[in-house]
Amino acid sequence: MDPKKSRDSAESARAAQFPDEVLERVLSLLASHKDRSAVSLVSKTWYNAERWSRTRVFIGNCYSVTPEIVARRFPNIRSVTLKGKPRFSDFNLVPQNWGADIQSWLAVFAERYPSLEELRLKRMTVTDESLKFLALKFQNFRALSLMSCDGFSTNGLAAIAARCRNLTELDIQENGIDDNSGDWLSCFPENFVSLEVLNFASLSSDVDFDALERLVSRCNSLKVLRVNRTITLDQLQRLLVRAPRLTELGTGSFLQDLNAHQYSELERAFGGCKNLHTLSGLHDATALYLPVLYLACANLTFLNLNDTALQDEELAKVLVHCPRLQRLWVLDTVGDEGLEAVALNCPLLEELRVFPANPFDEEVNHGVSESGFLAVSYGCRRLRYVLYFCRQMTNAAVATIVQNCPDFTHFRLCIMNPGQPDYVTNEPMDEAFGAVVKTCTKLQRLAVSGLLTDLTFEYIGRYAKNLETLSVAFAGSSDWGMQCVLEGCPKLRKLEIRDCPFGNAALLSGLEKYESMRSLWMSACKVTMNGCEVLARERPRLNVEVMKDEESSDGQAYKVYVYRTVAGPRRDAPPFVFTL
Amino acid sequence: MAAQGEDLNLEATELRLGLPGTVESEKQQMPPSGRSMKRNLIDVNDERESNKEESDGLSAQNCDKQDVHRPSKAQVVGWPPVRSYRKNCFQKKVESESTGAFIKVSMDGAPYLRKIDLKLYKGYSDLLKDLQDMFKFKVGEYCEREGYNGSEFVPTYEDKDGDWMLVGDVPWNMFITSCKRLRIMKGSSEV
Repeated sequence: MDPKKSRDSAESARAAQFPDEVLERVLSLLASHKDRSAVSLVSKTWYNAERWSRTRVFIGNCYSVTPEIVARRFPNIRSVTLKGKPRFSDFNLVPQNWGADIQSWLAVFAERYPSLEELRLKRMTVTDESLKFLALKFQNFRALSLMSCDGFSTNGLAAIAARCRNLTELDIQENGIDDNSGDWLSCFPENFVSLEVLNFASLSSDVDFDALERLVSRCNSLKVLRVNRTITLDQLQRLLVRAPRLTELGTGSFLQDLNAHQYSELERAFGGCKNLHTLSGLHDATALYLPVLYLACANLTFLNLNDTALQDEELAKVLVHCPRLQRLWVLDTVGDEGLEAVALNCPLLEELRVFPANPFDEEVNHGVSESGFLAVSYGCRRLRYVLYFCRQMTNAAVATIVQNCPDFTHFRLCIMNPGQPDYVTNEPMDEAFGAVVKTCTKLQRLAVSGLLTDLTFEYIGRYAKNLETLSVAFAGSSDWGMQCVLEGCPKLRKLEIRDCPFGNAALLSGLEKYESMRSLWMSACKVTMNGCEVLARERPRLNVEVMKDEESSDGQAYKVYVYRTVAGPRRDAPPFVFTL
Repeated sequence: MAAQGEDLNLEATELRLGLPGTVESEKQQMPPSGRSMKRNLIDVNDERESNKEESDGLSAQNCDKQDVHRPSKAQVVGWPPVRSYRKNCFQKKVESESTGAFIKVSMDGAPYLRKIDLKLYKGYSDLLKDLQDMFKFKVGEYCEREGYNGSEFVPTYEDKDGDWMLVGDVPWNMFITSCKRLRIMKGSSEV
């Protein structure tokens, strides 16, 4: 027989044994988005099998695609994750009413995904009307997570509570919303029992405590509970005895005068929580009442103390009881001494975030310095994620830190005074970040600060081969710096730049790059409208958006946001956003 | 260039290699460095002591490497990159930290510290009387010029900024909001 013929018939025999349904079933086991993307590129058959079997979709930039396109490709979606505004909107660099409104997506989903179960949004605008629409149109809706969103009030939450019979998750994090009072919590029906996750820590007004207590009582599957600051310690005790199976707890205020009986009851309640692995809240906690926690800390892996201004001794006393800690968030009130206590007590630590207690107060000199970070690097060799706000740093310290901890995947260093050099040698901080990229080969995310020349960016371009996200502010000397990064970092996806001397040459050096990236943000740089127009003309599959400002002169492009898209120019752009 | 004074005129006629119109910027001044967290009264050997008065940071200085104007911190929008949500929480919290009720009191040589509630006292004499009872010592006479005369014990306190101050200098109401802890110093450890 002709070899080709035999091969063909063998192939078709194989194909017959491997029908689409089987392929779909196999592919339905794939969870990772990256894996699914790869699979969909293999062949047309695989593309189809993948799209029919996909139930969860992640869209990193809501303007990169339209809801119609998503619905056309993926008919069976149950869970949607959407991210909207550029990250710098967290720091007030994006004006109000910029966009990223969820409503146009919900309208399409109501028609195409009536069985939608989960919606996870970050930096989107969500109105009360949208929340009411969601509650009304999706009978199977189960999980709502809103992080850094705006536009809604507690009225919208009331609608969700009242109508979503199968709700398992309501997670409201760090949003700028109107808190019209806590009645929303009473809107959960008395026969509603399915809640597993409830997080309202970022709301500021009182809630109906009796309603909350009853809710916690009857939701036997409740695993995550994060209350807000208005919940007192004795109220907390009452909640804890009704929810001993909690794995994550965010407390309310820790400032209350307890008598001895109340204190021991609270301590016993914490002792009953044997499954706690995450603890947060602890507002205004002081050494007086922190000890009630100790019995619950044995299995703690994540301790979030950034809502309480602890001093070093207080922190040290707590950490002694948390030997398994992997993630720690603190305020810089703990000082370098506090960080020494971290080094001593937390050998398993993988993530450390130190936030500034007084970031905007120029008179303040407290906080942490290079010696705290150094100490942690000696004691916690497994560190891979750090976010560190400090007022002084040296190149030598950073070099030693990464030598101690070469496994960093996320290195975010913020020296709070813009453009500050190494305070000992007075030199730029180039060598510090050079050491980071040379030593930490797994680095995915980097934020730089301090006085930096183009040399920093030469290092980044040359060594940071796994870098995906780079944040730059008040740094660099010329276009060359940005060019090094764009030409050197093969995996770069997100680049955000502010107040740097990078101009049109730098912008245009990325012509070959931007379509492989999610987005580029440049503000207060030296880019002009002309440069942006050239970019837009050369790359029609990018949206090149310029935001005009009172501060910008006519030719200057003050805020530029560039992203790849299959959706074409935005149809909902406000007047101050120009798509070129 | 507008004539702003003698310096500028000299610059205009100076022979330089730069292009006309460019300003030869000074080497960037060392900005204020952080102070040591430990506030000892005797700070003489602290290498990190900053000259706060002269280094107002980068407000009007051009960095010698860049043309970008660096505004002072107060003018910079969105810097440091801390979420405004978080900012509001902190302001409230740190204020309530310093309006102290209970504060620690230590005395040089005493084996353990005490805690007192500043809000219970009517004024300095009330406070000092109680402290003297508690630690069994006597302070000298206070006068504005020389502090406490006539005893080796001197009452001091740590304020919001971390500085050690003499008790009695500021009005009582200001004292109770800024006092973080008290220390009764004994003779030889004075500066």
